[in-house]
Amino acid sequence: MKTGIGVFVAAFAALGASWAGFVLAPSLQLGGTKVTTVLNSTDEYPVQRPGEAALGLQVYRANGCAACHTQQVQQDGTAFEVVLTGAGKDPVTVSNLAAGLKLTGLTKEAADAAAKTIADAGGKTETHLSGTGADISRGWGSRHSVAVDFLYDAPVQPGSLRAGPDLTNIGARAADANWQLVHLYAPKAIVKDSTMPSFAYLFEVRAATGSAEALKLPAGFAAPAGFEVVPTPAARHLAAYLLSLHADAPLYEAPYSQLAKP
Amino acid sequence: MNPIDNKSPAACSSEIDASLRVPLLALFGGAALWLVVGLVLGLLAGLKFHAPDLLGACPLMTYGRLAPAANDAVLYGFAIPAALGVILWIMSRLSGMPVALPIVPVVAANIWNVGVLVGIAGILIGESTGYPWLEFPRAAAVLLFAAFLLIAVSAAATFGWRRQRELFPAHWFLFAALLWFPWTYSSANLFLTAVHVPRGMVQAVIDWWFANNLLFVWLGLAGVGIAFYFLPKIGGRPLASSGYALFGFLTLMFFGSWVGIPVGAPVPAWLPTVSTVAAMLSIPPVIAIAIVSLRTACGAKVVCFGGPFCFLRFGLLSFFLGSMLYLITGCPRFGHLVQFTWYSVGQTQLTLLGFFVMVVLGGIYEILSKTSGLELPFPKLAKAHCYLAMLGVLLYAVPLVIGGVEQGIRLQNPAVPFADANAAALLWLRISSTGQILLILGSLLLALNIFVMTIKWKIALGKSLFAAVTAPLPVTEVKA
Repeated sequence: MKTGIGVFVAAFAALGASWAGFVLAPSLQLGGTKVTTVLNSTDEYPVQRPGEAALGLQVYRANGCAACHTQQVQQDGTAFEVVLTGAGKDPVTVSNLAAGLKLTGLTKEAADAAAKTIADAGGKTETHLSGTGADISRGWGSRHSVAVDFLYDAPVQPGSLRAGPDLTNIGARAADANWQLVHLYAPKAIVKDSTMPSFAYLFEVRAATGSAEALKLPAGFAAPAGFEVVPTPAARHLAAYLLSLHADAPLYEAPYSQLAKP
Repeated sequence: MNPIDNKSPAACSSEIDASLRVPLLALFGGAALWLVVGLVLGLLAGLKFHAPDLLGACPLMTYGRLAPAANDAVLYGFAIPAALGVILWIMSRLSGMPVALPIVPVVAANIWNVGVLVGIAGILIGESTGYPWLEFPRAAAVLLFAAFLLIAVSAAATFGWRRQRELFPAHWFLFAALLWFPWTYSSANLFLTAVHVPRGMVQAVIDWWFANNLLFVWLGLAGVGIAFYFLPKIGGRPLASSGYALFGFLTLMFFGSWVGIPVGAPVPAWLPTVSTVAAMLSIPPVIAIAIVSLRTACGAKVVCFGGPFCFLRFGLLSFFLGSMLYLITGCPRFGHLVQFTWYSVGQTQLTLLGFFVMVVLGGIYEILSKTSGLELPFPKLAKAHCYLAMLGVLLYAVPLVIGGVEQGIRLQNPAVPFADANAAALLWLRISSTGQILLILGSLLLALNIFVMTIKWKIALGKSLFAAVTAPLPVTEVKA
């Protein structure tokens, strides 16, 4: 490093390499991401957000919601589960056998072995795959988030802090527009100790007109008598966006199989 | 490798200082104001966790807008322009030349401050871009980029016309920093706020790349460069082991610039894996820089109670701690644990406020009275600032780091309800708000010193102007 040129060349090479690696290469690889299909189905994934929800993404951005909420489900691993679906000709033996076996939280080999044992006794089984990890146990999603979940979003807002819960699947967890709007207007009306600030400025308190849009607020949070709380367009868009957050389809790169409801 | 410049005559250094008087007062004055603004916004944001509905009726004061506005006001409002002022001064002194094109940095300082104003106002009214650390809307980004280029041109010209041909370690770091920011800032803005934004997660990858290159590499290069100039200068002994400094410089650039993609990010697995490897490879340069700093600072017989040397020492210690806390998040297990917690907020503030701002403040207090030709109006308050800032950083950042680990452990245990994991962090957030108050008090003392000094300088300027105007004309001119 005896000359200015030497320093310049070293810095240029270092930054140029990093630029090529983390700006150019991901643009070429990920920038060409295409719509994929849901596992074992021909449904396309993801789908564009409907109009109001696409506008709501911008409300989410403008109010910095991503400062406290992530949209990334994390997954530690996968586990197999063997489910008895048919008892065959000797139901008592098969069910006793199944009761004595460990059928959840298995590896692939253990699941196959258990399935074979039951099949040898004449029973029928299905083997299911599910994700494991704290986020999945909390019910925030069934699988980890993948790049394609964010395909249509600009800006993408994966978030970096969980001062509030993960929102990857909030549209599935709370699929009710009034719930979303009430929660935005008065978070404490729904979660008693919520640290989320109220977004009352996205709502209008006006003389009651009996409008269908008026929020159904619990006692203690309702507007004074003769008044009603109605969402502004921004609040409606934000609620539509939150309802559209549902990135849970099983994919080739993030598989799981849904258990049939008994 | 001793930057103490024995060859140039004393008259020359006062000439250098005088050439930088207007540019530096412009840069430091604006920066001091933004530091106060940023820290106050940060305190308001922090208070939201104790009283969520405080100022809740006002959309400008919602947490999601205050928090990024506070971060950007400190980083873009104070840290970068103040560092550029110090860098200009160092470049001039090392070159043995008055600053080249002195009007350029003055113009740039004003453009920069307008840019920050547009950016902060933009975030508060909801025009943020939504990308962390790159929230300023496009108009502000263009102004900042132009202003940075102008100052970089002035610094490069000063360097090009230097009388001393020898290059010092401070040169390497500062020169690289001058190249680093325009490239990363323009590249990230072109990709993310241009017309054709790339699809999906590419945006997040580019933003992570930018944030790492700004908060780890750029702050490292510029901060360490400034420290490597002042440490030997104030300590009165040469920089220890320039071999280690060279090693640290090269490896920080080549490996540090690949860190930053969080473990478990929803992107192709090679990206976080590369970052993990790079994070481990970036530990040696941090240690090398720490060794150089330690060896240089320890032997120096400087008695400083709150003087610039104190700022520098605390800053370098925070550099080591903040960088190590950052790099160990590259370890998959630990990174997974603290990924979405207050840990990374605390670590970032330790690096930004504890390391970079402290080093720059040390530089400012060292050169302020030299460049203005006036004594510091309140030297005792400058020392008080040092103690307030040190205590403030410790109370602000350390609780967030500890609270973040606790929060992470609870988040990883699905048996603990989410609300409980969140509540665990509240106590730590309360302590950190105390730290923010101390930091604000300290920044007010800096602003007071700079503004009183500027006013005194303007009065002196006015007096000499008045004297020149009212002076009796020489007889020769009357006749003509």
